[in-house]
Amino acid sequence: MGAAPASRDVTSYGMGLAAPLALFFLLFFVAPLLQLLWLSLHNDTAGLHWGLGQYLHFLTDPFSLGVLGSTLLLGAEVTAVCLVLGFPIAWLYQRVGPKLQTIIILIVLLPLLTSVVVRTFAWIVILGRQGIINATLQSLGVIDTPLKLLYTQFGVVIALAQVQMPLMTLPLITALGRIDPNLDDASCSLGAGSWRTFFRIVLPLSLPGVIAGCTLTYAAAITAFITQSLVGGGQMLFMPMYLYQQASTLQNWPFAAAISIIFLLAVLAVVSVFTTLGRMSRGYGGA
Amino acid sequence: MSGRKRTLEAISFELVMTVIAVIALAIIIAPSLVVLIVSFTSGFSLRFPPPGYSLRWYAELWNAWQLHFAAKNSLIVAVWATSLSVVLGVAAALAISRSRTLSARLLDSLFMSPLVLPALAFGLAALMLFSLVGLPVSPLTLVIGHTVVCVPYVVRNTVAALAQLEPTLLESSAVLGASRLYTFRRIVLPLIRPGIIAGAFIAFMSSFDNVPVSLFLRDAATDMLPIRMWQDLEGKLDVTIAALSGVLIIATVALVAVMERITGLSRRLTN
Repeated sequence: MGAAPASRDVTSYGMGLAAPLALFFLLFFVAPLLQLLWLSLHNDTAGLHWGLGQYLHFLTDPFSLGVLGSTLLLGAEVTAVCLVLGFPIAWLYQRVGPKLQTIIILIVLLPLLTSVVVRTFAWIVILGRQGIINATLQSLGVIDTPLKLLYTQFGVVIALAQVQMPLMTLPLITALGRIDPNLDDASCSLGAGSWRTFFRIVLPLSLPGVIAGCTLTYAAAITAFITQSLVGGGQMLFMPMYLYQQASTLQNWPFAAAISIIFLLAVLAVVSVFTTLGRMSRGYGGA
Repeated sequence: MSGRKRTLEAISFELVMTVIAVIALAIIIAPSLVVLIVSFTSGFSLRFPPPGYSLRWYAELWNAWQLHFAAKNSLIVAVWATSLSVVLGVAAALAISRSRTLSARLLDSLFMSPLVLPALAFGLAALMLFSLVGLPVSPLTLVIGHTVVCVPYVVRNTVAALAQLEPTLLESSAVLGASRLYTFRRIVLPLIRPGIIAGAFIAFMSSFDNVPVSLFLRDAATDMLPIRMWQDLEGKLDVTIAALSGVLIIATVALVAVMERITGLSRRLTN
């Protein structure tokens, strides 16, 4: 006896129900991306001459490579900050009562649902020349002239970290919730200290959550156009703005298409590295 | 817990973790509070703390017709994109949720991919395709583009709600003679409704806040609120934007509170 066909089984629905969305994605998601790929493989704006000219241009141009490099580095920095700040939140969440748990979740959740322009705007108010940090430091007499915080790498990293923090914290809370609390106690009663237990037991067991959080945070941080451009200002150029300038201001569509494809591949590469690590860590954590 | 010795080492660990957690929570919440406070300033600048308090910038907001126009467009597009996402996404979720076949898993990855791929690249790609087939940018192209990037939230939350559903309920209903449609209407739908609503809510919020797709698919006639705000901020630091931000923050808090009651949003996002 083979498996009963899906349509007979009362607990499942036919795959036909997925057809409308599949068709929609084929027309409006897959087709545009293929068209993007097609155009990026042309040397002229009209799309008449095939060639790898756009990619050669990008890959031999120190300026373009610099933009790609600084974007990937930015993602790594933001992800690291989010992990260091987000993990203790997830840890604290497991230690408090249900009421405080809801409050913590809502605090974490709120920025995720607040407009990203509003969140970025807030950082302009905080980091600006007349902002809170400068005003406080000046009134305390620590500094005489305002520090330059806005339009710096530090400013972009801290603002992006706040904007993307929920994407890191939510998977971590889920992962820590799945760890058997007895393991923690066992480790401690066997004589391992709290720090050792944390680094040898809790952290390794939460790796699936860490990796899920890092993937989401990294992907979101490097594509966060608004925060990058408003807090970074004109002097700092990252891939999304570079793409937008080439496409909109310069109308250089084939090059913009090539930038998009290179950017897409970079994101996919990072995501697949994380996914592979995640699969390895699940084998480890599931034991 | 009982067996744990309260050594200096244990206390140092808990202290460090708690302090970092509290600082992190403060960093998360501070920006919204700062904007709220600054929006009530009586002055002309975004100085913090404000020299005095007034509602003048909220009054100013009342007359900002460009912002009203952009807000109306954003709302209309978000409502249409969310409706389309719910219809297409719930149907697709029903099909793929209980299936273990390769095609179901591939479709699942396809439907989720807009969440990780750079939306700006998709926005450019969509603009290229629409101009190739001669479709001018309009509210329609915006709705299509937004639906692609919003539908994953509906699919994900509906699949999660379906996974919690007891298959025996459906079997019992069938054994008792109920048709598939009747079972769906009376049993499945009421049980997964909170999941669908939670997904639709997140889809709505992300459409209303979308920049990367709108950037390429709108024009002056279909100005969108986040882009209007972004362009205003690029030019000058306008306190009216602070008042608008205040309105958006309060609206978001209110909506999240309502959603928490209806759907238990916080539990849904950590399971």
